[in-house]
Amino acid sequence: MDKTKSEKIKKKLLDSSVGIAGLGGLGSNAAVALARAGIGKLVLVDFDLIERDNLNRQYYFLDQVGRAKVDALKGNIRRINPNINILIHNIKLNKGSMEKPFKDVDVIIEALDNAETKTAFIEEILLKLPDKPLVAASGVAGYGHSDRIKTNRYGNLYLCYDENAKSCDEDVLLAPRVALMANWEANLAVEIILGEDK
Amino acid sequence: MSIEVNSKNVNWVQNETIEDLLKRMKYTFPLVVVKINDKVVIKQDFPKVLIPDKSKINVIHMISGG
Repeated sequence: MDKTKSEKIKKKLLDSSVGIAGLGGLGSNAAVALARAGIGKLVLVDFDLIERDNLNRQYYFLDQVGRAKVDALKGNIRRINPNINILIHNIKLNKGSMEKPFKDVDVIIEALDNAETKTAFIEEILLKLPDKPLVAASGVAGYGHSDRIKTNRYGNLYLCYDENAKSCDEDVLLAPRVALMANWEANLAVEIILGEDK
Repeated sequence: MSIEVNSKNVNWVQNETIEDLLKRMKYTFPLVVVKINDKVVIKQDFPKVLIPDKSKINVIHMISGG
């Protein structure tokens, strides 16, 4: 590859920041992909502790069960690249102040689990930070049907979407499809930062 | 007299609210984000906000899982 192009990309990614709301299957995998891609700053938000059941899809390890997701993920990313600036918020996002941790990032990734919180988060970000690119995902449950996933764009909202997927109350959550969506979100964030690759 | 809902042409109905439209479209899923002409409408306003003729409406359906 053209060396100038790769240097330019490297610098641009290093100068960029991404905020991730939720560090479950979507958020933990997206964060690791972005860290490996060379994003300079990550803002990670979650309030949860790691459970054994999470390990079928989330980027944690058996010896981390019981630890706060923000701390464990920060540690895992540090093992990949110790130079990334990682800001963690061990908080539950509450209606009315959901946008706060994300005010200064270049791109926000919605990686929450239940539909109600997803909806509230998207609504609040679109209203309070209308100029901020927001990447969200809907329809991660199940297996197979990779080709049903697509990106729908509504202004500054980019939605990775499988409209035919079932809710996780009725279908399984498994690493391949969840990580596919997580990397889809991370890939969109990179595309937003760098501009479309023509 | 028509509006566009998720890229489909639909008749415009006078004095129709977002709540009415969601019912008419048989969008029964409870968790949606609605944008009218690129502006977000918050959920509590669904029964109040009237839909202007020629509007472009996006109903974005969120499914649990993550």
